[in-house]
Amino acid sequence: MKVITANFVTCAVKECKTAQTSFPLHFHDAELEQQELDFQPEFIRNILPRVDWEALRVTANELGFPSIPESKPEGEALDNEQTLRDLHRLLLETHVAEGKLVCGNCGHQYMIKEGIANFLLPSHLV
Amino acid sequence: MEYLIRFAQQHESFRLPEIEALATLAGIDLEIISYNDYAPYCIVKLKDEAAARALIRRSILSKDIYELWGQGSTYDEVHADVRRRTPHLWAQYQKTPFAFHVECFAGKRSHSTKMEIIQSFSYVGFTGPIRLKNPDQQWWVMEEYVSDVEAATPEGMPQSAEPRKIYLGRKIAEGNRSAVDKYDLKKRKYISTTSMDAELSLVTANMAHAAPGKLFFDPFVGTGSFIVSAAHFGALTLGSDIDGRAFRGSADGRKDGMCLLQNYRQYGHMSQFVEAFVSDLTNSPLRRAQFLDGIVCDPPYGVREGLRVLGMKDGRGKQPVYIDGVPAHYRPGYIAPKKPYGFEALQNDILDFAAQTLVSDGRLSMWMPTASDEDVEFPIPMHPNLQVLSVSVQPFNNWSRRLITYRRLPEGEVSDVSLARSKADDLGMSADDLNAFRRKVKT
Repeated sequence: MKVITANFVTCAVKECKTAQTSFPLHFHDAELEQQELDFQPEFIRNILPRVDWEALRVTANELGFPSIPESKPEGEALDNEQTLRDLHRLLLETHVAEGKLVCGNCGHQYMIKEGIANFLLPSHLV
Repeated sequence: MEYLIRFAQQHESFRLPEIEALATLAGIDLEIISYNDYAPYCIVKLKDEAAARALIRRSILSKDIYELWGQGSTYDEVHADVRRRTPHLWAQYQKTPFAFHVECFAGKRSHSTKMEIIQSFSYVGFTGPIRLKNPDQQWWVMEEYVSDVEAATPEGMPQSAEPRKIYLGRKIAEGNRSAVDKYDLKKRKYISTTSMDAELSLVTANMAHAAPGKLFFDPFVGTGSFIVSAAHFGALTLGSDIDGRAFRGSADGRKDGMCLLQNYRQYGHMSQFVEAFVSDLTNSPLRRAQFLDGIVCDPPYGVREGLRVLGMKDGRGKQPVYIDGVPAHYRPGYIAPKKPYGFEALQNDILDFAAQTLVSDGRLSMWMPTASDEDVEFPIPMHPNLQVLSVSVQPFNNWSRRLITYRRLPEGEVSDVSLARSKADDLGMSADDLNAFRRKVKT
């Protein structure tokens, strides 16, 4: 699971959708991998307004990247190529190969194996 | 200026919707002057040659585009039209290496007749070398006859030894039909019985405006036909499926990770791949925020793949199960129970999901079956926040399916859904009870 995806997922349990503590899900026992991908600045510029920055800071901190800016780069800051490259590195090139995502509201754990997260729920949570 | 688009003579009801989608995507003013489902030639009005190139560049169902030099139903009319439209253009091509071709759609001409036709245009005065391979410019005479297929229709015209319509055009640019061969399922590393063919997958991605910088999602990703096509046009892509085996691949067939990734690797799109995860659309973990530029999908409708969502029939399974003190659902090899679901309920779920997650002007392109039999024809699913842009039909022998493209309306705009039918059909017991379509086709 990539860092960007973690910013767009929350707990699959319906009751948790409205609970503030269900987002972001928290990584536990995360094994990180880096992968080099083509830098596509137009994608970063397009997607950044849709990223929940507070949640990204929480996720980045949990994964050991504490140095991301306090506020979301906007306007002229998006003309700075290094800023976009840093975001590209964090959002797209960093992924969790093994680990768990845990809901802060209900405590349900979603397993990540070989990079694939499983969000299927047992029947008592549907 | 008028231009001629030469379409591929197949998937007819997809041709105009695709070209209109591409015009919107490129911000081009497009006016359709003449079009016929039974012939490949379509006359359009565009601002200039640059617009013609931009329009055709990504088209899957267009072979190429021509500057229209003349048209008519007889050669006398064509010559008069060429003399009227183009004398000011003749001088600039006088010395250009060129080729002149005659193409007959649904008709035939002998070689000597074709030569006579070409000679009849000699008044344009081209003296440059004739070069059949790599000419600088090409002119095509295109003759349109009434085809067998059209003659057999109730309103069909009688067939004739003479063409119904004749066009002369200067070739400007080609479409993207080479991609159909590149993505041919026969040459793809990882496919399944339900993989959508390359041509219609690419058309689907065009209808949904897949493009660089955008984020696309397929909630029924399977082996990834649609998101691979979206990646071809430069989008970054997400996919999910209730059955992880679909994209993960079977354990023993897997050598280098997820099987779906082999397709991205094969086509050189690794940088367009964001994620594949296991989830059920009716219980999706994706946030209900507007963050997707496009959704492309062919939802299961229960003919080849039984339609199932998470949960148990009869409301059973409401208590967690523990095995040796450990919740069963955290044990290795746990399989979440699934129950049958109605195909119309699922479509409503897809529209709700799309309305919540697409950005303004984001697009949903969704396949669904339709039946030619009036009794079981499904209405077009509708949603107040989604505008139906186009509906195209692919007929088969005993059933047909259609591709519907929607646009997420900006806040404050609402579409008319009075034609839609609301039906809660998620309460039945078996897949067949829930699914009139499956009952009809399976027999």
